[in-house]
Amino acid sequence: MTKNGQHLHRQKGVSVPHTPAPFDIIIIGAGVIGCALARRFTLDGAKTLLLERAPDILDGASKGNSAILHTGFDAPPGSLEQRCIAAGYAEYLQIHTSLGLPLIRSGALVIAWTAEEESLLPSLIDQARANGIDDIQPLSATETGALEPHLAPCKASFRVPREYLIDPWSAPHAYLLQALANGAELRRNCAVTGGQFDGTHWHLETTQGPTTGKIIINAAGNHGDLIDLMLLGHQDFTIRPRKGQFIVYDKPAASLATHILLPVPNKITKGIVVCRTAFGNLLVGPTAEDQDDRDRAELVPDTLRALQTRGEAILPALKGQEITAIYAGLRPATEFKDYQICAHTGRNLITVGGIRSTGLSSALGTAQHVAALATAFAQITPLPNPLTPQTPNISEAAPRDWQCPGHDGIICHCELVTRREISAALTGPLAAQSLAGLKRRTRVTMGRCQGFYCTAALADLTRDHFACPMATAND
Amino acid sequence: MTDPDVIIVGSGPAGLSAATTLRCLGHSVMVLDREPTAGGIPRHCGHYPYGLREFRRLLKGPAYAARLTATALAAGVQIRINTTVTALHPGPRISITTPNGPAELSGKTILLATGVRESTRAARLIGGTKPGGILSTGALQGMVYLNHQRPFQNPVILGTELVAFSAIMTCRHLGIRPVAMIEPGPRATAPFPSALYPRLRGIPLHLNTTLHAIHGATQVTGVTLRQGARTWDLACDGVIISGQFRPDNALLRGSHLAIDPATLGPEVDQFGRCSDPGYFAAGNLLRAVETAGHCWAEGRSVAHAIARALNGNLPTGPAHKITISGPALKYALPQRLSPGTNPALPVLQLRVSQAIRGQITLTANGQSTAHQINALPERRITLPLPSGAGPVHLHLEAEP
Repeated sequence: MTKNGQHLHRQKGVSVPHTPAPFDIIIIGAGVIGCALARRFTLDGAKTLLLERAPDILDGASKGNSAILHTGFDAPPGSLEQRCIAAGYAEYLQIHTSLGLPLIRSGALVIAWTAEEESLLPSLIDQARANGIDDIQPLSATETGALEPHLAPCKASFRVPREYLIDPWSAPHAYLLQALANGAELRRNCAVTGGQFDGTHWHLETTQGPTTGKIIINAAGNHGDLIDLMLLGHQDFTIRPRKGQFIVYDKPAASLATHILLPVPNKITKGIVVCRTAFGNLLVGPTAEDQDDRDRAELVPDTLRALQTRGEAILPALKGQEITAIYAGLRPATEFKDYQICAHTGRNLITVGGIRSTGLSSALGTAQHVAALATAFAQITPLPNPLTPQTPNISEAAPRDWQCPGHDGIICHCELVTRREISAALTGPLAAQSLAGLKRRTRVTMGRCQGFYCTAALADLTRDHFACPMATAND
Repeated sequence: MTDPDVIIVGSGPAGLSAATTLRCLGHSVMVLDREPTAGGIPRHCGHYPYGLREFRRLLKGPAYAARLTATALAAGVQIRINTTVTALHPGPRISITTPNGPAELSGKTILLATGVRESTRAARLIGGTKPGGILSTGALQGMVYLNHQRPFQNPVILGTELVAFSAIMTCRHLGIRPVAMIEPGPRATAPFPSALYPRLRGIPLHLNTTLHAIHGATQVTGVTLRQGARTWDLACDGVIISGQFRPDNALLRGSHLAIDPATLGPEVDQFGRCSDPGYFAAGNLLRAVETAGHCWAEGRSVAHAIARALNGNLPTGPAHKITISGPALKYALPQRLSPGTNPALPVLQLRVSQAIRGQITLTANGQSTAHQINALPERRITLPLPSGAGPVHLHLEAEP
């Protein structure tokens, strides 16, 4: 190749070199919060860079949640968490159709199984009303049974009609896709290793070289306190990850519940939830187990069996239903109950920490809140005509690709994932770079056989796309 | 295009032998398979022994699958690949999707022959993390034999059913060396002499041992094993989750057809006829799990029953339930007895869920007969099919 050709090639290359012009905003962490922040700042007109240390986005706290769009009815009134959830909920309802995101209007029931729990219902209803949820419906045991015939008999319940189910993967993908379509940049496999603030700009060191920006947003989830410590020299909170294990039942079990079935929460956790998923399964979880490890969420057989037993106590017909998947996630819990969002004046850094299980619901609202804080550091002008790319639907709430002509054949038979869907997910600005990433974009291998039938075809299709290939060729 | 007499869902040994038989009996037959090649599971079992019963020669799986397919095509069977059935309706009528999109098909009769799959890591609630390199035998064989891919070099194998030994042979094909074989029970499930095979290959067999946890971030780095109170770690780069087959019944569960919660397959009578007489079933969809040869023979005899039905010669009338009791009795097949002779399923097929020595009492027509058994899980147990009209009950009592 000629010198000239080499130069051209390097300019077009994927990993080298990055544009030297400073960014307005650099977001650390491409979880659901990072993706929503990237969208918000890009639409607000900021030149935005999103850094993710993992090979793909949503690889930390965002990969294991219960896929519910909460109203925030049970959040502490007046808390930042409650305000962010309320704003995030409202914005999701506003934008989901234009982004092609599903919304399953299931409603939720908060169910009292014991006399003690029953005695707590009135205060929970009062709290919901204080949070602006004015359509709560108290229900007797009989009324509850009529709504949910498979539910084990309870003492009483109340209905929260506007608690909904959403697709926990497509939502953040859609947020980031819109950001990328409007000029944001994403760097994956890019961990921040250090940084200096010179009074006007941050100079970050990353595993993919240095980069410069005016404002840093720390949305590093389970590593948020460590990033603060690295960049600011101090931390205002300490993350102690809270593990949640889940069981996913096969699709026939989804007919056993209409509403999201919530227990009466205690001080630590919302408790074990039973609900359908946007993909037509039934979910039981999460547990709440504090741990020190920030990256590894271990599944524990005894705990899973206990979860199964709890699920069967709530819905006795679950007994004998087939388990499709098990997973565990880590919520970035801190010593504080509320979100830890703090603008460090004089340092051009905003920490967005302690976003626990409500992150999916609050993400858009949290992004609004953070964008408002950032106006103290920089003035930006919103994009006049932003692009709104549609995200491919993988939920059961709308027609899927296999129902449309020209899908080029089914690869994953359990989840009816087509070759066309897989090809699309392996290309474009947000191409999957790991099997986990491809699963989140398409649901491939996420069904009842967990790859019995499609693994070989998939290893073939993804050859040359993943840093860690599913198999090595044996030629 | 006129509707075929019979649409067969699944082109494994049962589906293809039924197709060939029905075509030879003069009926038009269309076989649907969702894979890009017909032949079913034997396509990716690149080892012996297949074909002795069917072709009187010793074949490897892929050659056997190719021969079944060629025989069906030569007989005039129409095979449509890359065709996924998405729903079953009364009529009988089915919804399909192909690379060109969705469509509907109907025939006079539908034969379901969708086979089995292995139970997953999730279904077995195995702990630990979720790295790459955790595969069923089916997935491993697909990778190794169909695509010449190597997913790992030193896996552990969970399970000791016949398929686990098939996994060892598959590994050997690529020079993959399993580091251990794990069996939760007190003995290898597969019969002698297969159970000797790992020892011959120098693979340690850990009995009474459970796979407690899998470790690793991107690829498996090891497992934790548990034997009674003793727990230890073993380094490996993959896990083969083998066996514990179950009928691939997803289509049934979304349909109007009755499912037997014991077999997880469709409820059938001794002709392989489902609760909707427009549907029949054959092969391993009926129960987990039998050999390819057994499924082939079953496909052929159910085909004869379908031909009788198409010609109006299969009696219809009230069927009587076959019920089971006793904690160790896992299932009995068929689940119903209809009037009529020359059954397609000529014997009662039973399985036990644990090793047991005891007595099965078969009560039919008001008379009880006792049968002594000494049985192990996943081994074939047969009893004569009772004749006459009336409910049948089977009770298994362990020897004290």
